Amino acid sequence: MADFTYTLLIPLIPFFTFLLLGLAGHKMKPIMAGLIGTSGLGASAILAYSAAISYFWTGHSAGTPYTSIKAFEIPWLHLTDKLTIHLGVLIDPISVMMLVVITTVSLMVHIYSIGYMKGDTGFSRFFSFLSLFSFSMLGLVLATNIFQMYIFWELVGVSSFLLIGYYYYEKPSAVAASKKAFIVTRFADLGFLIGILMLSFNTGTFDFQTLTDPHGPAIAQAGGAAFMGLSLLTWSLIFIFVGGAGKSAMFPFHIWLPDAMEGPTPVSALIHAATMVVAGVYLVARLFPVFALGAPDALYVVAWIGGFSSLFAAVIACTQTDIKRVLAFSTMSQIGYMMLALGVSGYGGEEGLGFMASNFHLFTHAMFKALLFLGAGAVIHAVHSNEIGDMGNLRKFLPVTHITFLIACLTIAGIPPFSGFFSKDEILVAAFHSNKLLFAIEYLVAGLTAFYMFRLYYGIFWGKNTHYHHTPHEAPKVMTIPLMILAFGSVFAGFLPFHDLVTSDGKGFESAIDWFVAIPSVLIGVVGIVIATILYKKESAMPDRIAGSLKYLHRWAHRKFYIDEVYLFVTRKIIFRYISVPIAWFDRHIVDGTMNGIAGMTVYAAYAVKGLQSGKLHQYAFVFVSGAVILVLIFVYLV
Amino acid sequence: MSILNLFIIIPILTVGAILLTRDLKHSRLVSAIGMGVQMILSFVLVYLYLTERAAGNTATMLFTYDALWFPTLNIHYALGVDGISVAMIALTGIVVFAGIFASWKMTHLPREFFISLIILASGVFGFFISIDLFTMFLFYELAVIPMYLLIGIWGSGPKEYSAMKLTLMLMAGSALLLVGLLGIYFFSSPDPHALTFNLMEISKVRIPIHMQRFLFPFTFVGFGILGALFPFHTWSPDGHASAPTAVSMLHAGVLMKLGGYGAFRVAIFLMPEAAHEQAWIFLILTAISVVYGAFSAIVQTDLKYINAYSSVSHCGLVLFAVLMMNQTAMNGAIVQMISHGLMTALFFALIGMIYGRTHTRLINEMGGLMKVIPFLGVVYVIAGLASLGLPGFSGFVAEMIIFIGAFQHVDVFHRVITIVAASSIVITAVYILRVVGILLMGPIKNDHFLHLDDAKWYERISTISLVLAITAIGLAPYWLTNMIDYSLAPIVEKLAAIQLTSLF
Amino acid sequence: MIQNIPLSYFLTISTLMFFLGIYGFLTRRNLITMLMSVELILNSVNINFVAFNKYLYPQQLQGHFFILIIIAVAAAEAAVAIAIIINIYRNFKSIDVENVDEMKY
Repeated sequence: MADFTYTLLIPLIPFFTFLLLGLAGHKMKPIMAGLIGTSGLGASAILAYSAAISYFWTGHSAGTPYTSIKAFEIPWLHLTDKLTIHLGVLIDPISVMMLVVITTVSLMVHIYSIGYMKGDTGFSRFFSFLSLFSFSMLGLVLATNIFQMYIFWELVGVSSFLLIGYYYYEKPSAVAASKKAFIVTRFADLGFLIGILMLSFNTGTFDFQTLTDPHGPAIAQAGGAAFMGLSLLTWSLIFIFVGGAGKSAMFPFHIWLPDAMEGPTPVSALIHAATMVVAGVYLVARLFPVFALGAPDALYVVAWIGGFSSLFAAVIACTQTDIKRVLAFSTMSQIGYMMLALGVSGYGGEEGLGFMASNFHLFTHAMFKALLFLGAGAVIHAVHSNEIGDMGNLRKFLPVTHITFLIACLTIAGIPPFSGFFSKDEILVAAFHSNKLLFAIEYLVAGLTAFYMFRLYYGIFWGKNTHYHHTPHEAPKVMTIPLMILAFGSVFAGFLPFHDLVTSDGKGFESAIDWFVAIPSVLIGVVGIVIATILYKKESAMPDRIAGSLKYLHRWAHRKFYIDEVYLFVTRKIIFRYISVPIAWFDRHIVDGTMNGIAGMTVYAAYAVKGLQSGKLHQYAFVFVSGAVILVLIFVYLV
Repeated sequence: MSILNLFIIIPILTVGAILLTRDLKHSRLVSAIGMGVQMILSFVLVYLYLTERAAGNTATMLFTYDALWFPTLNIHYALGVDGISVAMIALTGIVVFAGIFASWKMTHLPREFFISLIILASGVFGFFISIDLFTMFLFYELAVIPMYLLIGIWGSGPKEYSAMKLTLMLMAGSALLLVGLLGIYFFSSPDPHALTFNLMEISKVRIPIHMQRFLFPFTFVGFGILGALFPFHTWSPDGHASAPTAVSMLHAGVLMKLGGYGAFRVAIFLMPEAAHEQAWIFLILTAISVVYGAFSAIVQTDLKYINAYSSVSHCGLVLFAVLMMNQTAMNGAIVQMISHGLMTALFFALIGMIYGRTHTRLINEMGGLMKVIPFLGVVYVIAGLASLGLPGFSGFVAEMIIFIGAFQHVDVFHRVITIVAASSIVITAVYILRVVGILLMGPIKNDHFLHLDDAKWYERISTISLVLAITAIGLAPYWLTNMIDYSLAPIVEKLAAIQLTSLF
Repeated sequence: MIQNIPLSYFLTISTLMFFLGIYGFLTRRNLITMLMSVELILNSVNINFVAFNKYLYPQQLQGHFFILIIIAVAAAEAAVAIAIIINIYRNFKSIDVENVDEMKY
């Protein structure tokens, strides 16, 4: 077994670059800050690759299952006799895979940002936040225990907040979006926290290895009904999943994701497409044995939330006109796929196909979605607009972006031999064997995905001849090279033998493409593409006519099914106006009023008795004498 | 002679030295030196305490000093510290030091201002080091009285009203407290000629349960008023809003901690049975404090009011955790006191600095300040993130210890109410981000703000020392919780000895 | 000779003086008259002192000493009182107590 202590450096290097750039960044030349951030992450990436190679291949004897290794651990906070929060590094198939994903995408985004953010004020601040994010995300995936995960979970949330809002802090919509993202995910995190509290109370441990041990205390406590017919373990896992759903923008916590697109595009690529938003999937995958063996009901919830979200988002994506928002809903839809795959999966061997498929899709999705976002960034860079309406016929101006974007679109549409085909196919197979209704939904979503992605593609690169104020030009090399690298990844990542590497119990299994599922799924993808081609390749009035004939559906989908309005109603109206304002009023007028009332009563009493002190000597004398007389009488007759 | 006496002597000497000075320049220098020495001394005390413990000293109270003061009533001037008081003293040292620097430009009656401030500080130090109930009470009063002058003379807005309200409410608390303390005194020993005020002595006897039932509410509410227990918290928003910067810092940062510390050290330590019986009432009240304070903060528009209500919420969490009466939660309560003390002092310092520049505290009149005063803006964001419990800062550590500790309770009631209290983390995020969003981000609303200067060196000292302390606890909480844990043992043993029965 | 007069005679006189003094103190508006009434009260007490001393402890003189002290104090008091009255007169141009009610609330 190889020694993995050095993996500790993978998160620590970005942490140090964060400190360096955060404290001294404003004194540096911008390009210097960019280079420091990028080279730091490059070093992390090299370490991550070497860790992956030695874990999966060189340091691993073939045929044995992959085990989870605690490479490093220190106690951070002692809580009770049983519970101590540790900070450490856990190496197992999914964490190593995530290391590769995060460092790759993050490195690409760093390089890309040197070009994209050029000349921007706050360049070094941007890079310090990127480092902070990379540190937090790497710490999250390496967590040895659920509490460490929660710690880094919060940190990625705040990095996302900072990168959305703090960067463009003069833009009110970005500030509002960052606030929304933070608060919505924070609300979900409360669920996560409650889940952790319940889980740790019942099992007496935070440690992942103990929790996921099939013979450990968590799974042993499965069963029983504590509340509403579900066991305590199920409830705690459902709460934990709420946290995951918040971070992964699952329905109904998805509303922050489209708004988060206000942030700079490389940030959207890194955080809101490839890494942070899949943290929820990672969380479920991390606790997967507990879900699968201890609380299948919770897993059922995961599957349905995932399935519903993917359909919901795909429908909305078909109607959006802001290219980043289309991509955001597409992200949500794809994450729904991953959640669904986890939800329908079983534990161990072939049963764990869904688990493998989910992680596979996570991997390929990170590549192609980052590519899509970076490509969109290059387009926005050229056109200075996010609206499809302002674009068209860009393929001549942006050849590299065009080709890479096309590759990404084909990948997400599931066209062989691109990687998306393989991972999506595995998910469909897993769903097919488990739940036919969910399979049907995903089948439909596959078609919708192909349709809206090609609608986007044609809208940007074909369609009408838009007149541009100044001729759009291809992005500089520093931006196109990451696009090409990611395109390469999108094309070939599908050939990785995931079924040998990343499985629910560490043992590989045989997996072949199930043509019975694969061929129809490719076909529906092609149908989607064809429809999009007919409608959008040339400018035509057809799309508007169709939208008109589906008036209500289109309008509802375009307004994102009014979920935002519901939230606004709940926050603005109910929480703000019907809870906070009355409480503040109550505090000022009732609680404080009581206190002031007591003081007022004292004053009133003082006024009431002050008449006795009239200044009239006779009155005093009379009171004095009569008092004396009364005392005498009392003493004479009563005592 | 114990090192602890120095904590009283240095402030007295400083006050004497300030009397000799003539203007602001000298008096602030003298105060800064005096309180700087005091801060270093408090760190030395932490160090000495840790070495002493490492050397195997297992006494409950270290560095004890005892002098008979008033023989007829057996009142002693008795000093001693354990890990908890050491931690609180270190907090006080930092906050007072930062407070002096935050009032660097106090032009109105500077000598008198610094004298009152240091008397207040010495009262706080005295309270934390004394283990005689009477001396403790004396120092408590010593800390509360200068507050009236400090707010009434150097305050802003309706300062007389606020000063009067604050003092009267705290005095009412003192009155309740006095009843409680005297009651404890009269039952401190079965022998009527051996009555004592000494905390350690009293802890060895068991106060009769019927007396506990009567005395506990007095003592707890008495301290609770200072700890902003709902519904006796309303002095806090007005008082903080009117107080000058350094006073708000000290008051919210340290003085309110006297309430939590006293409730824990006196009320629960000496009367555990009654505490156990009556905890549920106060748990409900404190849970209300926590959520209610946070909701109230959402709609406030004055920066100081926002922070005052946030203090109500956070201090409610302290009392909440104390009442959970298990080791972890109480540990969390102490960490929360320290963490909140640092954070809120930082907030008030920043608010004072921003107010000094913009001459308004209403958030709606400000905006985009990040661009013009980046240093203060960044520190404000840090303070905000610490306050909403971001990992890496002290607030997170404290809250998590409290929630996990409280959730370990056997009772379902306690666990449910913990979830209620935990929901405050979301509401906290709402009001903090609202302020950060309006105040620092977005466009600048007033052209006058374009020419603001960023923090001066003395303001940087004040804020950076607090930020450092917050991050130090946030990144490496282990030594602190360990230190507290050790000193919680006597209380926990005492609690374990009594019959713990489920409430519901 | 004095032994033939019963104690009650003295007491009757002193009681009459006392209540006359009270009556005068309560009814008169003039400060000088009020002061005289107070003197009357004091003197009624003096009579009581002397009479009781004579009838109860004829061998002792404490009662006499007491009245000497009282007379001395009364003299001083009268001086102070008259000084106050003069000051009141200067301020209010009157020595009617009805007019002097500034010291209130």
